[in-house]
Amino acid sequence: MSEFKLRGRVAACLGDNIDTDVIYPGRFLNITDREKTAEHLFELAYPEIRSRIRPGDFLVAGKNFGCGSSREQATAAIKYAGVGAVIAAGFARIFFRNSINLGLPAVVSPEAAAALVEGDEVEVDLIGGTVMRLNTGEVFRAAPLDPRAAELLAAGGLVPFLKKKYSGQGGSA
Amino acid sequence: MGMTLAEKILARASGRERVAPDEIVVASIDLAMSHENADLVRKSFLEIGAPRVWDPERIVIILDHRVPAESERTAATHKAIREFVHAQGIRHFYDVGRGGICHQVLAENGHVLPGMVVVGTDSHTTTHGAFGAFATGIGATEMAGVWAEGRLWFKVPATLRILVGGEFAPWVSAKDLILHVIGRLGADGADYRAVEFDGPAVRGMTVASRMVLANLSMEMGAKVAFTPVDDTLLEYLEARTGRTIPDSPDFAPDPDAAYERVIEIDVGREIPEPQVACPHAVDNVKPLSEVRGRPVHQAVVGSCTNGRLEDLEVAAAIVRGRRVHPRTRLLVIPASQQILLEAIRLGYIQALIEAGAMINPPGCGPCVGVHQGILAAGESCISSTNRNFIGRMGSKDSLVYLASPAVVAASAIAGEIAHPEDIVGKEVA
Repeated sequence: MSEFKLRGRVAACLGDNIDTDVIYPGRFLNITDREKTAEHLFELAYPEIRSRIRPGDFLVAGKNFGCGSSREQATAAIKYAGVGAVIAAGFARIFFRNSINLGLPAVVSPEAAAALVEGDEVEVDLIGGTVMRLNTGEVFRAAPLDPRAAELLAAGGLVPFLKKKYSGQGGSA
Repeated sequence: MGMTLAEKILARASGRERVAPDEIVVASIDLAMSHENADLVRKSFLEIGAPRVWDPERIVIILDHRVPAESERTAATHKAIREFVHAQGIRHFYDVGRGGICHQVLAENGHVLPGMVVVGTDSHTTTHGAFGAFATGIGATEMAGVWAEGRLWFKVPATLRILVGGEFAPWVSAKDLILHVIGRLGADGADYRAVEFDGPAVRGMTVASRMVLANLSMEMGAKVAFTPVDDTLLEYLEARTGRTIPDSPDFAPDPDAAYERVIEIDVGREIPEPQVACPHAVDNVKPLSEVRGRPVHQAVVGSCTNGRLEDLEVAAAIVRGRRVHPRTRLLVIPASQQILLEAIRLGYIQALIEAGAMINPPGCGPCVGVHQGILAAGESCISSTNRNFIGRMGSKDSLVYLASPAVVAASAIAGEIAHPEDIVGKEVA
């Protein structure tokens, strides 16, 4: 698998309009260590999901995933819980941008979001814009990754991307 | 073909003659705002390794989500931010007791002017469309990039135009109008889009009420939401900046701009009574009469949506000479220090306290669910805030109803969801 082709298992399927308070409750916003945010993923509404996630698993959701607050911890908690990609019918815009910037693939595919079920083994082609259910061979269309997003994703997110530019300039606080 | 206001501003900021929806542009940033999450931004910024922020004069940092610090962890966050702004020479820093809620502080200090591109690490940054700015929320890491580079990429949004005419029915406010619109279009009804509000009913609004429309447009996914730049706004800005801001065609859409959709609303006919967003979604909007009588344990007047002077004024008028119901508590959180001071001077705070309200310090209060009014399992709250998601204000088994400050105040007196008419009768509106 290349960095733009991912294979994983669907750990959970969620509905429409999953908001960032549900993904990452406001009471934990003063945690600024990104890796620690994973401990509170879905803590109030769906606490059982966290323990089901194995490294590289996918989350599947309906439309407008990540609506609400701009809190980046919602994206970080998903990424550092080990999720390899989120496949949704659609994303709220700030969550989508945060995903690009933190290097979490966010795949827009209404067809896949409607069809996939928990436990499905799936292959995602981010550049080609397809989601394949490996157990049946069905292929669902997805929005191909924008070249700008692909560049950031390949770098591992915005921080490593910009770090390369500024390395050697002697940054300080 | 002309341009919408979002297109005009992005064209100017990206150095182009014109832009069209779905194009990607790189725009220079006029103002970058952060609150407590400036600490997250700071960490990413230091990791990036840029020597200095691009322009300390264009960065504004306001502490509001957890003021004063409610925990040792937050105290450390506040301290790190103070040290950073000092080291970087960021002058526009509003510390505890010096400001209030970030969006109100930007507004009342004249930081935002028409035509600007404003980004904030807060989703309700759309509020500043009430000042004719292209203003939108971004995440902390993205803001670190802005602090380093002073520019950001945007996809040019298509625009929805919402024209509002007619006369507001008694006790129906800007909050009821925007809840109605969100209920009609849905939580994703304006995803990735710009919204332009206009029409006589919008032009007749105070700046504070226009901010309610722009603020809550975020709850239907809007990237930005504008209300008109007119004399009402320019007078507001002159009072806060001490200078005249000449009107310009750059601050209005072209008459022949292309819209994805135009929606017309007759506010008197379509919204005859106050609206309530019911648990657990902002688009789960019902007319007040459908939820009247549901018990309320906590009532909250405050937030970046409805914590301004006119909101405190209407709440004070309703509770004056009455008592908050014994099974209910009323929390009032002025949106800023300036608003608190003015509300004291005008006697609103005295009326609220005499009725049994608790006044919390200016800031986000319990809206984000971290302090100053957390709900227990089984409790219901009616609130003038902006979100009612599961666990937003405390227990996952609590309920939050969103309504106007008038309905919140009336419900606090009644101990259940109530129409202001139930409390003050039909003669005053």
